[in-house]
Amino acid sequence: MTTTAIPMPSLSHRAKRWISRNLIRIYAGLAFIYLFIPVAYTFAFSFNDAGKSNLIWQGFTLDNWKNPCGAPQVCSAVVNSLQIGILSTVAATILGTMIAFALGRHKFKGRSTTNLLIFLPMATPEVVLGASLLAMFLNLRISPGFWTIVIAHVMFCISFVVVTVKARIASLDPRLEQAAMDLYANERETFRYVTLPLVMPGIAGAALLAFSLSFDDFIITNFNSGIVSTFPKFVWVSSARGIPPEANVIGSAMFFIALIIVIVGQVVSRQRKKS
Amino acid sequence: MAFLHTATGTSSGPKSGIKSKSWTPYLLLAPGIIWLITFFIFPIISLASTSTMVRPEGAQIGTYVQELRFQNYIDAFQANQEQYVRSFVYAALATILALAIAYPLAYMIAFKSGKYRNILLVLVVAPFFTSFLLRTVAWTQILGDEGPIVSTLKLLPFVDESMRLTSTPFAVVSGLTYNFLPFMTLPLYASLERIDPRTLEASGDLYANAFTTFRKVTVPLSLPGVVAGTLLTFIPAAGDYINAAILGNPNTRMIGNVIESRFFAVVDYPTAAALSFTLMATILILVTLYIRRTKTDELV
Repeated sequence: MTTTAIPMPSLSHRAKRWISRNLIRIYAGLAFIYLFIPVAYTFAFSFNDAGKSNLIWQGFTLDNWKNPCGAPQVCSAVVNSLQIGILSTVAATILGTMIAFALGRHKFKGRSTTNLLIFLPMATPEVVLGASLLAMFLNLRISPGFWTIVIAHVMFCISFVVVTVKARIASLDPRLEQAAMDLYANERETFRYVTLPLVMPGIAGAALLAFSLSFDDFIITNFNSGIVSTFPKFVWVSSARGIPPEANVIGSAMFFIALIIVIVGQVVSRQRKKS
Repeated sequence: MAFLHTATGTSSGPKSGIKSKSWTPYLLLAPGIIWLITFFIFPIISLASTSTMVRPEGAQIGTYVQELRFQNYIDAFQANQEQYVRSFVYAALATILALAIAYPLAYMIAFKSGKYRNILLVLVVAPFFTSFLLRTVAWTQILGDEGPIVSTLKLLPFVDESMRLTSTPFAVVSGLTYNFLPFMTLPLYASLERIDPRTLEASGDLYANAFTTFRKVTVPLSLPGVVAGTLLTFIPAAGDYINAAILGNPNTRMIGNVIESRFFAVVDYPTAAALSFTLMATILILVTLYIRRTKTDELV
């Protein structure tokens, strides 16, 4: 048998070809590893039998997960963050959605000024937003605390809600509303039964975004919180001495809860599209 | 998510305006706009006013009166020139690094991810869900003296025993790059995803090689995403003080650190206000020039 057909490319040649073909996937894989290393670290150290310092691995324990409120003040800080997050999300979502409808569905004078006013808070560094609010509160002799944090969070969340909801409104097919009108729905009914349900995923996404921005905000909060503690503030204050593993438990739990919410949302919207 | 949509820049007028009484849009706008004027515009004015105040002789700490002293700006800038310049250099470096990491990542998700696209997008945002501060603190452990990277590097013959990664400019810039990476990736993805793959095929049919196609077709079409992503990275990075405080040393202080300590540790409100105002003005000027230069005005 002399089958000297096509010579098989050598192994190293094939490896090279595979690498060059998948270069971008390998690169993206490395980027994802980079993104998740600190998350993995945070998760791993939530199981650390830390004792006094959670900087070095001391041994595995489930105690931190069984009692996440074990560290002093950590849970009251989380409760504050949740309350602030919920209040700011509700307010910012309502105010922002109204602005988004005005911009996306109406013609009026002052549109470009409105757009600029929405854009500016997003183009201003947080340290300036925080410092300027504090300067105003101090000039007005208002002492910062729980409600000044809520005020600040609503302020910086509005723009993100407007941008998110407006994009959703812009992507709607106007013929759907025209069809509703053709079928003798009045303006109010069209809005209630056609427009609003179609825009709802955008509003839900905006609310989720507002909540995560509020819950995770540190810089603006630090300027306007007085003696009130929030979860990021707790982490900041304790980072000098070493963060208790209970904080890692809460951070990891937030990660998984948010991930589940997003995945469920994706699955639901996919099933709706199918049906 | 918002960053996705900021990139798409759909700010032109409404496609279909429901005919309504002319005051309806103003009623919809009023509450939110009043909130923004009260808690964004007024504070900025208040900040401007604080920036020219002076502490009277013998007055209590934290008491200031208005004297329109514009010299405050010159004094504040001269005393903190170094931190000021450093902020913009670090922010620029972090933005370039983030672009280099995020562009291929966004390209892969847009063109090569198939049915995994949504999962990968969620994964880009997912690190956000763990607290920003916790992740930054995790970097101090990863880059720390006993951490895996330093101990591995020290095994190499040419690496000095005293090598450190934390408390270095490297650590601060990598922290900034890391923290704002999703802000870069999402707008890039949004603009890449809009490119019709057939335009890329057409370029190939016209005898452009892969590199030429990328340079002459893909990059120009993704420019709005590049602009949005670089802005969303550069602006917060220039004002950040968390990375410099947690990952840096006294020689890596940025302007945010100075503003924070002027406010809280030194209780020198006028200097803090003058520095904040200068930072904001500089960023707005840079952003305007950048948007003009790249001709992506429709973003705003």
